[in-house]
Amino acid sequence: MKTTNIMIVGVGGQGTLLASRLLGHILPGMGYDVKISEVHGMSQRGGSVVTFVRYGEKVSSPIIEKGEADYIIAFEQLEATRWLSYLKKGGKLITSSQKIDPMPVITGACAYPEALPEKIKDAGIDILCTDVLSLAEQAGSSKAVNVVLLGVFAKMTGLDPVLFNEAIDVLVKEKFRSLNKTAFELGYSVK
Amino acid sequence: MKKLLLGNEAVARGLYEHGCRVVSSYPGTPSTEITEFAATYDDLYAEWAPNEKVAVETAVGASFGGARSFAAMKHVGLNVAADPVFTASYTGVNAGLIIAVADDPGMHSSQNEQDSRNYAIASKIPMLEPSDSTECRDFVGVAYEISEKFDTPVFLRLTTRIAHSQSLVELGERTDNGVKPFEKNPRKYVMTPANAIPKHTIVENRTSAIREWAENCGINTVEDNGTSVGVIASGTCYEYAKEALAEKASYLKLGMVNPLPIKLIADFCAKYEKVYVIEELDPVIENHCKTNGFKVIGKEIFPLCGEINSSMIKEKILGEKTELGASFADLPVRPPVMCSGCPHRGMFYVLKKLGVFVNGDIGCYTLGGAAPLNAIDTTVCMGFSVSGLHGFLKANGESKKSIAVIGDSTFIHSGITGLINMAYNRSSGTVIVLDNSITGMTGHQQNPSTGVTLKGDMTTSVDLEALCKAVGINRVRVVDPQEIDEVEKIVKEELEADEPSVIIARRPCVMIKKAVINPPYRIDPDKCKKCKMCMKIGCPSLSVDPETGKVSVDKTLCVGCGLCKKLCKFDAICKG
Repeated sequence: MKTTNIMIVGVGGQGTLLASRLLGHILPGMGYDVKISEVHGMSQRGGSVVTFVRYGEKVSSPIIEKGEADYIIAFEQLEATRWLSYLKKGGKLITSSQKIDPMPVITGACAYPEALPEKIKDAGIDILCTDVLSLAEQAGSSKAVNVVLLGVFAKMTGLDPVLFNEAIDVLVKEKFRSLNKTAFELGYSVK
Repeated sequence: MKKLLLGNEAVARGLYEHGCRVVSSYPGTPSTEITEFAATYDDLYAEWAPNEKVAVETAVGASFGGARSFAAMKHVGLNVAADPVFTASYTGVNAGLIIAVADDPGMHSSQNEQDSRNYAIASKIPMLEPSDSTECRDFVGVAYEISEKFDTPVFLRLTTRIAHSQSLVELGERTDNGVKPFEKNPRKYVMTPANAIPKHTIVENRTSAIREWAENCGINTVEDNGTSVGVIASGTCYEYAKEALAEKASYLKLGMVNPLPIKLIADFCAKYEKVYVIEELDPVIENHCKTNGFKVIGKEIFPLCGEINSSMIKEKILGEKTELGASFADLPVRPPVMCSGCPHRGMFYVLKKLGVFVNGDIGCYTLGGAAPLNAIDTTVCMGFSVSGLHGFLKANGESKKSIAVIGDSTFIHSGITGLINMAYNRSSGTVIVLDNSITGMTGHQQNPSTGVTLKGDMTTSVDLEALCKAVGINRVRVVDPQEIDEVEKIVKEELEADEPSVIIARRPCVMIKKAVINPPYRIDPDKCKKCKMCMKIGCPSLSVDPETGKVSVDKTLCVGCGLCKKLCKFDAICKG
């Protein structure tokens, strides 16, 4: 069986690690070999962050390389664009429409590129761009964008939502569980 | 039960399962989580030491005391710990001793890219290198066996991609052999020249014996796929090679990278037409092969710098190129930044304003060197800021425009010795201790100044003011870095003084419980005059609306620290 490659990209502090850990919790239970690779440390301070999730019969490398990702789940437009070269031909991009200015934009050294989702679409890439932030706020916290995006991803890939609910029970502190479950459902209902 | 474990978590699991009793480490990416996870087991004593040298000495002492022991550090931490490491190689152990070192090829979070395998060769200590989380756990057991069988400390080498990757591990039970008695034996434990001279011979013989053992040890394995191409690799490079070449190559996987076997490699090289050595950073395995006359291809085609990956291996060995996805050129970069509300920001704003020469150090505050603050002029290693400042001032006739900045944890790690030097040798420099009450960059670890242990127990805490005074600094002042007018006044006064001084800038890291988080601020668009004064502090919560030219606040990021409000002359930044 072929290995499936998922990349989760965003801005340090957006909660990409929880998204990969929830996936990492359910995939072994489905009988897959799984490897997940994260980068900790300095990049977590508001830098560009990426997590690789690979699953299949037997996974060797923990890293996804350029042109190999089946899915990119992006928490932010510019980051979605930055990592696009990792998407394989025919791969799918799921991105939040949220924009977060990086420091060179904040300092005025350059401008935030305009109309990125449209440009990506024009390049012939299969993109689903949604206002994930509003859905997260609707669920109760802007910090829940990670779980909303997982809901969107689960719907797209046919992964069982019940498994994600169970994973939330195990990995998320009790007081945030119902918020995260709502966030997942809101993502799962995105068409 | 199979569980997905981070490489570092799996090392900690290995410590638990293989009867480790004492763990002492200093945090450092990518090694930190080993010790954090080790602390979650009640059967293990685990602590944060003030630096890596103390950590290794503690682990060596615990081994002498009869307990299986362990210390972890990042690659540059091993430089700090090198002194006890080289002589512990001579003494050997009582109970098993493992020193884990995590290298960072690609420098994801480091100031250099040194290859720790060179330390194994130089100190004549065996080194194991796991390639996934199961091996991280298992190699701890193998390392303790080698340690006790051959009377030697053992290195466990990780790299970022092993330490910070998760893979499945079948969990086992703990075996604990208890504590061995210590038997007085000066010829083994007292390294005076008279005792060390015969010990050196013993160490050389030990290396030969372990090299012999490595020929058939079970962790150096051959996978013959009947190919013409052979690959010699260890750690993450083995996984990359498997990914790239699968059954198009045969493999010699080295679980032990020092000492390297000779006959095993000779036989492997003789069997295949072309043999490639795939290793990140230095040509350690390659040099061993070439010294022994084995024909291999290595750094002729693979880089000395940065990481290797499977696409590179495919291209170099098979001549196959991966088809890349679409890419967009000239995107703005997104470097890491100080967090919204970071207590360091106010200090760097003032230092930039005053135009002083700033010796930086290792920690989150290294980010003070990034735009728009650009307020750091040097960064070398832990503690350099203080001793580097001392030297800089001696070279420049005690120029009054130079300063050192160092975090609380780094100050205790190795800044204090530099400060003693400044007092003793009559410097007139000013050291700013950025006391944010935590070890920040590595993910918020306790340290001797926080009053809490790794296990979460309350303990004594270093009194930084008293410590600085005790070493001979008469001028010690404390300031809240958020109060930038006061900071500016104090920095100016201390720069003027004719004797060494310390300014303790005290405010907790915004990411820890102690921090005060306020409601976000907002901009009153009628009052904002587009002067962009507030943008000078480089706060990620602030941005300029490209259409109106006015500033806005990201309410999801803003923690209401109010630093920007202090800079606004038009009262345009308001609460709620």
